Amino acid sequence: MREVYVAGIGITSFTRLEYPLVEIAAYPGLMALRDSGLKKIDQLYVANMGSGRVNAQTGLASAVVDHLSLTPAGAVTIENGPASGASAIKEGFMAIASGMHDVVMVIGAERMREVNQLEATDFVATLTHPLAEYIYGVTLPSLAGMFARLYMEKYGVTSRHLAMVAVKNHHNAMDNFYAHLHEEITLEGILDSPEASTNNPYVADPLRFYDMCPVSDGGACLILTTAEVMKKINKPMIRIAGIGQATDTHAVHERKDPTDLLAVREAARQSFEMAKVKPQDVDVAELHDAFTILEIAESEEVGFFKKGEGHIALEKGETKIGGKIPINPSGGLKAKGHPVGATGVGQAHEIVLQLRGEAKKRQMQNAKIGFTCNFGGFGNNVVCLTFIKEK
Amino acid sequence: MSVDVEKILRPIDTSLPPFPAKFMTLSNGQEMMVRQVNRDEIPDILPHVEKLMHVERDYYHIVAARVYAELLAYYTYRVQDEYVLIAQVDGEIVAVVNGRIVNPDIGMSYHTLAMRRGLRVGAHTFAAKMEYHIDILKQKEVLIVAESPIGFRRWMIEYKLEKRFHIPHELGGCPSWSLTKELFDRARNTLVVGRRPVPEKLLAKAHAAILPPTDPPKPPEDLLAATRSMLDNTGTSLIEMKRRLGGM
Repeated sequence: MREVYVAGIGITSFTRLEYPLVEIAAYPGLMALRDSGLKKIDQLYVANMGSGRVNAQTGLASAVVDHLSLTPAGAVTIENGPASGASAIKEGFMAIASGMHDVVMVIGAERMREVNQLEATDFVATLTHPLAEYIYGVTLPSLAGMFARLYMEKYGVTSRHLAMVAVKNHHNAMDNFYAHLHEEITLEGILDSPEASTNNPYVADPLRFYDMCPVSDGGACLILTTAEVMKKINKPMIRIAGIGQATDTHAVHERKDPTDLLAVREAARQSFEMAKVKPQDVDVAELHDAFTILEIAESEEVGFFKKGEGHIALEKGETKIGGKIPINPSGGLKAKGHPVGATGVGQAHEIVLQLRGEAKKRQMQNAKIGFTCNFGGFGNNVVCLTFIKEK
Repeated sequence: MSVDVEKILRPIDTSLPPFPAKFMTLSNGQEMMVRQVNRDEIPDILPHVEKLMHVERDYYHIVAARVYAELLAYYTYRVQDEYVLIAQVDGEIVAVVNGRIVNPDIGMSYHTLAMRRGLRVGAHTFAAKMEYHIDILKQKEVLIVAESPIGFRRWMIEYKLEKRFHIPHELGGCPSWSLTKELFDRARNTLVVGRRPVPEKLLAKAHAAILPPTDPPKPPEDLLAATRSMLDNTGTSLIEMKRRLGGM
C-alpha cells in the first residue's frame, strides 16, 4: 500500500446556510484546492446522508464535480448514515493507497435546515431499525436518553458530568470561527439555578437541551494524495496512518449490553493497530458527541480511559485543551455542529489543523498524533481515523 | 392654539399598575433583570435600537425599525396605553419588549427585540411581557404576531397560541394569534421564570445607566453575503465568489 497524505483542507461554517447543497459541498472543495495548490483531481467522493429526502437531490457527487469544473474526474456519492464522512475518507484512502488514483477529493456536505427540526429529527431516525425501532417512534435522542440512563446507573455518571461536557465544548467552540454555537454556558446557568429547567429543559430524560448537538448545515473537504505529490506542493506532511471500521447490531436492544459500544472499540483498535500507536500516544481527538454522554462513553471505548472512568477524567480536566488528552477542541458536534454527512470530514479537518499547528487559540501545543471517531447509527457503524504528523 | 392641538393629538393614557422588576439566571450564569422603563429613559434606548435597523438578518431590520417608531411614539405621546420593558445584564441592555392595552380584557403585544442572541434572552423577556398582561393587568388574552421564523417558533409553537385570524393585528394588519390566560397558565411552569424581589445591588446597577449591548447582532459583511448566506459567518460563499470574479 502507498502512504496517503492530506494535501488540502476546506470548510464552511456549520450553521444555517442559505444556499443550495451543491454549493455547500463545492465551496470547501474550492478552499481545499486553493490550500493545496492543486488544480486537478482524479476522483471525488461526496459524503451525504439525506439529500434525496431532505433536499430532493440525488446523484450529489455528479452535480458537485461539474459545479467545481473538475470533470472528467470520477465522482461517487457515499451514504453511510452519520458515519458517511469518515467512510468517504476511507474510500479516498483506499483509492490512493491501492495506486488507482493519485489525487482524491473527499467532501462531506449536508443541508438539514431546509426542513424544520421535527422533520430533521425524523429524517435522522430513518437509520434506526425500521420494524423494531422506527415504527415505534424511536429517534436518536430517545436512544441516547435510554443509553445515558443505563450508563448513569452502571458507572455513576451524573447529569453534572453530562453538563460538564457541554460546558467544555461550548467553551472550545468560542474560539472556532466555523462553529455553529458561539455561546458560553455554565453549570449554574444550565443545571443549578432556579431557571435551569427552562434554560435547559429535558428533551429525552435524562438528556436535556444542552446535551444535544444542534441541527446544522455545512460542508468540509480533504484532498488526499501520495508522498510524491506532497513533495511538490510544500504542505505539512499529515499522514492518514490508521483506519478502522466496525459494525454492531442494527437494533440496539439486541446487544448483550447496550452500554458496550463494541463497534467503537473495534474500529479504534483497528485504527491504532494500523497506525502502530496506542491510545495513550494520541495528542488530540475529535469524538462523535452528538449527545454529551457519547463523548464520555467513546473516550473509554477507544482506550483513552478505562471503562467507567471517562467521567472521572472529565472531572479532572484531562479532556480540556491543555489537558492530558484534549477531546473536541473544535467544540465537537455539540457546539461546532452536526451536518450529518459532513461531520466525519469536519472532524478530520480539525485534526489536520491541529497537527499543522494552525488551530490558533484552540491549538494543542506540539500535537503530532490525532484521532477521530465518527459514529454512525447508534453505534452500529463506526469509522475511526488516526493521523500522524511527519517531519 | 398649538397647546390646544396638542391636547387633541395626545391620547390620555389609562393608569396601569407597574410591572414589578424580576431577575433570572441565564444559561451562561449571568443574572438578567427585566424592568419597566418610563418615558424619560426612552432616549437612552433609541440609539441601541437604531443600530439594529441596519442588520439584514432574521428580520432584525424591520423589527428594529418598528420598535424605534413605537418607542418614539411612546416618548412623544402618540400612542395610547403603551408600556416598555427592558432586560439588562450588568446594566447592559440585552432586550426590549413592548405592547399596548387595547381594553381591560385584551392586550396587544408589539415587539420583542433581543439585542443579544441566544441564551433565551428574548424568550425570557417575552415571557415577562405576557406575565405583565395576564398576571399584573389581569387581561384575558394578548394578541400576537411574529415577523421572523424565530419569533414564530418561540411564540406560536412554544406557547401553542390560538388563531384569531379574523382580527387584524396592529402590526401591518397581519392575522393575529392569541395567548389566553389558560395557555399562559399551561406554560407557566416551563417557560415563565424569574425571581422577586430583585436584590438592591442589581436594581441599582440597572437604574444607574442603560449601557449599550456589547455583543449585538451584526450585519453581514456585505450585500452579497446578505443575500446569499445570511448566517454564514465565514462568508465562505462570498470569498469564493469574489475569487471567481478576480477580487482576491
